[in-house]
Amino acid sequence: MLDLQGYGPRLLEGAGVTIQLALLSLALALVLGLITASAKMSRNRLIHAIATVYTTLIRGVPDLVLMMLLFFGGQMGVNVISDMLYDSFEIDYYISFNAFAAGVLTIGFIFGAYMGETFRGAFMAVDNGQIEAGRAYGMNNWLVFRRIRFPQMMRHALPGLSNNWMVLLKTTALVSVIGLSDMVRVAAEASRATHEPFVFLLPVAAAYLMIASVSEWIFARLQKRYNIGFGGH
Amino acid sequence: MAATPIPLEVRNIKKRFGETEVLKGLSLKAHKGDVITLIGASGSGKSTFLRCMNLLEQPDEGDLLLHGEEIRFKQTRYGREPADWKQVVRMRAKLSMVFQSFNLWAHMTLLENIIEAPIHVLGQPKKAAIEQAHALLERVGLTARADAYPAQMSGGQQQRGAIARALAMNPEVMLFDEPTSALDPELVGDVLKVMRDLADEGRTMVVVTHEMGFARDVSSQVIYLHQGLVEEAGHPKEVLDNPQSPRLKQFLAPKY
Amino acid sequence: MLDISAWFNDLLAGNLIFTAQTLGYYWEGLVTTTQLVFLSLVIGLVMAVPLAVLRGSKHPWIRLPIYFYTYVFRGTPLLIQLYIIYYGVVFVDGIQDSFLWPVLREAFYPALIAFTLNTAAYTTEIFHGAIKATARGEIEAARAYGMSQNLMMRRIILPSAFRRALPAYGNEVIFMLHASAIASVVTLMDLTGAARFVYARYYAPFEAFLFVAAIYLCLTFAILYFFRFLEKKLLAHLRPLS
Repeated sequence: MLDLQGYGPRLLEGAGVTIQLALLSLALALVLGLITASAKMSRNRLIHAIATVYTTLIRGVPDLVLMMLLFFGGQMGVNVISDMLYDSFEIDYYISFNAFAAGVLTIGFIFGAYMGETFRGAFMAVDNGQIEAGRAYGMNNWLVFRRIRFPQMMRHALPGLSNNWMVLLKTTALVSVIGLSDMVRVAAEASRATHEPFVFLLPVAAAYLMIASVSEWIFARLQKRYNIGFGGH
Repeated sequence: MAATPIPLEVRNIKKRFGETEVLKGLSLKAHKGDVITLIGASGSGKSTFLRCMNLLEQPDEGDLLLHGEEIRFKQTRYGREPADWKQVVRMRAKLSMVFQSFNLWAHMTLLENIIEAPIHVLGQPKKAAIEQAHALLERVGLTARADAYPAQMSGGQQQRGAIARALAMNPEVMLFDEPTSALDPELVGDVLKVMRDLADEGRTMVVVTHEMGFARDVSSQVIYLHQGLVEEAGHPKEVLDNPQSPRLKQFLAPKY
Repeated sequence: MLDISAWFNDLLAGNLIFTAQTLGYYWEGLVTTTQLVFLSLVIGLVMAVPLAVLRGSKHPWIRLPIYFYTYVFRGTPLLIQLYIIYYGVVFVDGIQDSFLWPVLREAFYPALIAFTLNTAAYTTEIFHGAIKATARGEIEAARAYGMSQNLMMRRIILPSAFRRALPAYGNEVIFMLHASAIASVVTLMDLTGAARFVYARYYAPFEAFLFVAAIYLCLTFAILYFFRFLEKKLLAHLRPLS
């Protein structure tokens, strides 16, 4: 049996952090992605330009650099605010910038850009006639979106979403660098302390593969669900 | 007239896909200068038969002879396979095929398509291959399109280019697999004209086609296939103008 | 020459963070990042071509090990792979006595190995996909004209697959550039490492990281335009003339 030398519980906690972080970032990324996709399809040129700058910048800069910028920069911003509060109002309130929140914000922010591209492509793939048919029967825009565009778009978006999720999952490992105790950080610490890197790192690698396999299965189910009526398998 | 070897002879070809037997024992002899057309409804096995002739499909039974040289087969656990793939490669170089969907190589210009196999399969020097290619392009009326990529040409141009590619191999027998079926009606004429010219100059050809006019005017022999068997065969005048079998009569009847 | 350095010093005067010294760190970082990314991409590419061909083999004992390799390296974070190689290399039996040790002891080579294995796995799958997508008819035509399996692979399948793989491979190159930022985690002074150093020294996160972000952005755009140019040249055949 694997001898984890007392690191077992911490590794499990770390796995919990990884999964929570991944799921919360995913939720944020999906919301940002839908907003970005709508912005990119908007006729308003300013909104369109902002969305374009966002997706371009995000895709041009490494995740780790963005994460450090937000985490270290965010900490500094928070400090400045609390200094101001103290100087002007003599309120002594120190806010510490939470690494978990920084992680969720950065990863969500980064993958919002990728999701935006995926959603945009998927929306454009929906046959316009379907939407016109909805309008012709008196549906308003929201109803058309909810009942027709969104479900049909998901069929086209799922492969891209699945891909983005897999990349997102692996990106969560980077939060270990800014001090969050996810499973990668625990394993790396344990490796250094015990001089047995394989004992800790290989199971963590296997855990990622396992999460990925489970996700693949879930996405395959979803794809089936959204393919109904399209004769796809 | 002893011992002029027959360019292409196939004997008793059988082929099954899973449970269905699609070819139930078909034979054919193509003498030099013969133009043999295979006709029949879709599903009659005519294309499969043609593809067995250069072993794009592996026949389960039957013999293949090229100039009297027999292709050797062996049984493997996957089924019957040629015993010597080098022999097959050599054989295919003498039979060039023109496909329904042209199958020009998309990443090469038309000229590059034509010189590819002569240089790399036949070992011709590049200069000679290019000269020959230009002559062939002129024959099929595509001199101006030498440097175009397939995606930039019309279907008719692609098919004439594909015929030039086939001719560049100096084939002893040319196999045509429904060469005009994928073309718009107004483009069919150009391709058929090139094929008629080839027949006139004495090329040996086996043609799968739906063009009855071509079959009647050009071929030396017409074979009508039905469900993997020869239903009727002979000179086009007999077969097409005086069909005996009721099925062939129905097949040839004008459709309203 | 003196003029330029005088002008440069003027420009930097009054600037507390971007001194000639810190710019020197960034420059070194740029050199390290470029070396690391370029070398891993080139070696990874050389490995990926035969792997991609063999990945499509009909023999399971050739195909499956390659699939396992790409599955593991694509399914786990590069950071884990880097840690395993960086911390693990010490524990290979006898390595500390071998002539390779002085080389492997430095962080650069474990990082190079991890990056190379990672990009080779992704590139293998990209090429494998492109090879599989070769039009069936083009393969049949090659067979019908008497090409052997080898000749067909060399003249028809690979040339067209490489072209088809170009956009995906361009993304992989950009991905590698960005992924290389984790080299700083194992003490390498790459671009991100330089930024972290400057941040720690001056406690100036915005300056330190925005500057390096701008450099990465420029590099990304350079790669993007290079691949657009290549695609324009090499994918001309897929565009119909209007």
